[in-house]
Amino acid sequence: MLNVYNILETIRMIQDECLDIRTITMGISLLDCIDTDIDKACEKVYDKIVNKAGRLVEVGQQIEKEYGIPIVNKRISVTPIAMLAAACPNGDTVKFAKALQRAADTCGVNFIGGYSALVHKGFSAGDEALIRSIPEALDVTQNICSSVNIGSTKSGINMDAVKLMGQIVKQTAERTADRDCIGAAKLVVFCNAVEDNPFMAGAFHGVGEPDCEIHVGVSGPGVVRAALTKYPDASINEIADIIKKTAFKITRMGQLVGARASELLGVPFGIVDLSLAPTPAVGDSVAHILEEMGLEMCGTHGTTACLAMLNDAVKKGGVMASSTVGGLSGAFIPVSEDAGMIDAAVDGVLTLEKLEAMTAVCSVGLDMIVVPGDITPETISAIIADEAAIGMVNTKTTAVRLIPAIGKKEGETLEFGGLLGSGPVMPIRDKSSAKFINRGGRIPAPMHSLKN
Amino acid sequence: MRAVVTVIGKDTVGILHKVSGICAEYNVNVIEVTQSVLQDMFAMIMLVDISAINADFSKLVDSMDNLGNQLGLSIHTMHEDIFNSMHNV
Repeated sequence: MLNVYNILETIRMIQDECLDIRTITMGISLLDCIDTDIDKACEKVYDKIVNKAGRLVEVGQQIEKEYGIPIVNKRISVTPIAMLAAACPNGDTVKFAKALQRAADTCGVNFIGGYSALVHKGFSAGDEALIRSIPEALDVTQNICSSVNIGSTKSGINMDAVKLMGQIVKQTAERTADRDCIGAAKLVVFCNAVEDNPFMAGAFHGVGEPDCEIHVGVSGPGVVRAALTKYPDASINEIADIIKKTAFKITRMGQLVGARASELLGVPFGIVDLSLAPTPAVGDSVAHILEEMGLEMCGTHGTTACLAMLNDAVKKGGVMASSTVGGLSGAFIPVSEDAGMIDAAVDGVLTLEKLEAMTAVCSVGLDMIVVPGDITPETISAIIADEAAIGMVNTKTTAVRLIPAIGKKEGETLEFGGLLGSGPVMPIRDKSSAKFINRGGRIPAPMHSLKN
Repeated sequence: MRAVVTVIGKDTVGILHKVSGICAEYNVNVIEVTQSVLQDMFAMIMLVDISAINADFSKLVDSMDNLGNQLGLSIHTMHEDIFNSMHNV
């Protein structure tokens, strides 16, 4: 039964604590759009997306009204485009990116993710061409996101791809240097990428997924923090319980919205991703949750332990609330998108090394980290390799989204604005990893990959 | 199908009258009202039946939002499902 306290709690969460549905993401398979003529393939891609997702934004707005809950983004994820590019080896792969952009404009969605390639064990036809086209594709489009999976627990780490991605990240930043290197903010390098992730920039529609489905990504760091504020003297296991209860409520809301969207659009419901995704807005920070637990500043000793507990409690609360939890589900730690992380990075308390440790226990990886513009491609590759190793060995998703701030040095700041926020240029080691990266080859899969 | 209308803000004459007037206009039946005025802060929660609504639910939401803006009140009109799903196992 409804009671006054619950009603007011929900309204307070939405109005004062930044609770929102971060995204409804429609996953669309483009496997039936493959054609040896790239122009025909692009037309099919455009037609299919517009046909499936034409009403996505409208339905999103209708649900916002119905439940009074903001849905911040309406997005689309598609089959990794490298699979379509494989059929047209002589075509200009960037045409696919342009077709996706046209579809994004027509549908009015915020992003389309899936300008992607999965190369964790090696390159197949289309993969390398697509990867090499990423800098141009992200330069000439605005709403397209790209991701490349370079490793997995099952197959090891493809070091040739790691080497290539170091160059690609740098080139992407250079090509968009006049726009605060924004291209690199739309490019993620994954280990153990998930096939049903609704969050950008890493969303793509895996080949094991149905033809079309709806995923929901919920958020709510502000709500978790506000809940903790009420219990300043609680023990850690009591705090874990409070987080679980809060995550449960947030996820139930996501489940409701997803089910409704699925009903209105007539496509199956995929998953709820119950990630705590921060924004630069006041009161919407994951770092501030960690600080609420008792750290003077995020990044100090104890941060990894607090984050591990948070990440786990969020999952436990969410799993009870929905039978189809998936995606990345946990706590995101994107530096530039989190007011508390930005402060800690500016202060020098939060360093790249600490972030790397945090990625062993958070839901993704090194995210939205601004590095000096003169960073070498080999150093970027080495950071990717470190991060992929953490993912591979711990059987978890890890990712790297670094933004080389072209023309800027440590102490300066990149301003993206909006949800992407701003980030101080963080220091990196000045010793070379070039010889290691240039060896190429593959890091073999760990022992525990042999589970069968 | 039911919805919950919450009204929070500075107390003035005729808030309940105006909110229920909009309900009547949309053929929405008021089932339950709880209201309190603490000093000069007005807080009301109204449970309404929207099964016989004569327009789109979103139109009712818009009308309530407009009234809220006119009177300087915060009015939320939300389908009851969101409260049921968040607070009941």
